[in-house]
Amino acid sequence: MTKFSPGRIFIYSILVLFCAIYLMPLLVMLLTSFKSLPDIRGGNLLSLPEVWVFDAWFKAWGTACTGVTCEGVKGYFWNSFKMAVPAVFISTLIGALNGYVIAHWRFKGSNLFFALMLFGCFIPFQVILLPMAATLGKFGLANTTTGLVFVHVVYGLVFTTLFFRNFYVSVPGELVKAAKLDGAGFFTIFFKIMLPISKPIIMVCIIWQFTQIWNDFLFGVVYSGSDSQPITVALNNLVNTSTGVKEYNVDMAAAIIAALPTLFVYVVAGKYFVRGLTAGSVKG
Amino acid sequence: MFNTLQKWLPKIILSPSIFLVTVCIYGYVAWTGYLSLTHSRFLPNFKWAGLLQYNKLMENDRWVTSCINLLIFGVLFIIISIILGTLLAILLDQNIRQEGAIRTIYLYPMALSFIVTGTAWKWILNPGLGLEKMMHDWGWTSFEFNWLVSNDMSVYTLVIAAVWQSSGFVMAMFLAGLRGIDSSIVKAAQIDGASMPTIYWKIILPCLRPVFFSAVIITSHIAIKSFDLVTALTSGGPGYSSDLPALFMYTHAFTRGQMGLGAASAMMMLAGVLAILVPYLYSELRNREQ
Repeated sequence: MTKFSPGRIFIYSILVLFCAIYLMPLLVMLLTSFKSLPDIRGGNLLSLPEVWVFDAWFKAWGTACTGVTCEGVKGYFWNSFKMAVPAVFISTLIGALNGYVIAHWRFKGSNLFFALMLFGCFIPFQVILLPMAATLGKFGLANTTTGLVFVHVVYGLVFTTLFFRNFYVSVPGELVKAAKLDGAGFFTIFFKIMLPISKPIIMVCIIWQFTQIWNDFLFGVVYSGSDSQPITVALNNLVNTSTGVKEYNVDMAAAIIAALPTLFVYVVAGKYFVRGLTAGSVKG
Repeated sequence: MFNTLQKWLPKIILSPSIFLVTVCIYGYVAWTGYLSLTHSRFLPNFKWAGLLQYNKLMENDRWVTSCINLLIFGVLFIIISIILGTLLAILLDQNIRQEGAIRTIYLYPMALSFIVTGTAWKWILNPGLGLEKMMHDWGWTSFEFNWLVSNDMSVYTLVIAAVWQSSGFVMAMFLAGLRGIDSSIVKAAQIDGASMPTIYWKIILPCLRPVFFSAVIITSHIAIKSFDLVTALTSGGPGYSSDLPALFMYTHAFTRGQMGLGAASAMMMLAGVLAILVPYLYSELRNREQ
């Protein structure tokens, strides 16, 4: 096969065409966010701004209206971090210990539990929304960040356990048995043998959980109060606030702000992101 | 003492998770199932109603519309994503230069929230200022595109946005599958004089059957749970013409004070997932035993 046969040129042009299609919405968002409103009405989606202005970005961050308040998305951006960081940390820690037990300290019933957990991955979350709302209310966690962290830990640990279990299963059982004979205990084996080799799976798990929790909308909209709303909920409120002139440039700037953390993670750690996707893509 | 503790430690470590999974998944499913059989409205009401809520659901025009929409949206989304994903994977598997960069571009939408995707496409498909205006500016003055505000077409905008977001992921699955195929089979077929299209159609694609099934399971799962995309892109509108079951459930259970009806619709969604999943798991287990 020569390098520049007509067939090769055809293949490359199709691939490049699809690159353009996948990139187009991001480009439109960026261009729109740097335009002024008259510029938006005068130009079109892919026209360059007449004058590049940053007004929409400042407004989206600091003064745009999201429902009743007009303080931009900055507070909600930090809310998302306050929710995601503890939830990711706790669910990863629990997942690592669970996976370690299920892979190397089997006891009667532990496999049944694993099967129940796997099957639980598939349920649509709508089916647990109402009882969870009642539970959070009962414990005084309704409308709080703590409540959201709890929900994300509970429904995330199913996936983190699965990640770590599948990883630790590949560690030879003889190694663990030998360590046990040498008198090493449960935690010694975990910290001295398991943890030092776990770096890749910890990365996969953290990135998967962070992306899922940051991008979540369902739990955010059902369980958060006005001062604990995550960014996805604030973005939706901002876009659908129907008072005044529709400011598409502000909408787009806010959307990019909401997407930045996960896009950043994808760009710097894409390899782990894709591995997590293929391992945990059944998320309900 | 040390040994007793060691014996119990694994159970102690696992027990909180066992408790949470049992209660917060299986217990809550049963709880929702129970709610769906009561008269609950704004508050839980434990007066037995039998199948009343399910009857109401079947007679509810909005529910019927949302189920039909899910069928249209789901089938189109699954078929287009899989065809596109397979094609792109095959093309990318031809020793392409810069393959890594192209893959990164195809897959980045998966890192975005459906709310961001919905917001972006809502703007792109804007009937006055979006795609339509761009085509007019580029000289195609008769171009019309008002799907977002059309009762008949709004559900198809969901397909466009969902395919854009998820087809790259299907591509990645198929690409991984292609890389796993033993290249000696392909070489043998080439020596026998089979043409490339025949090789793909008769040998390679049949090898990808398991990938195909997991892609169907994953994309149908995305379709059934679609809530954020429809909320951000159409809010179920115009009217309720692009409503989906997940949005129906949320609206009735949390904003309209129809808890019993919302619970019944959630149970129907669960039934839908099980209807796809159980045959799949059954055939998987049977294959593994053989």
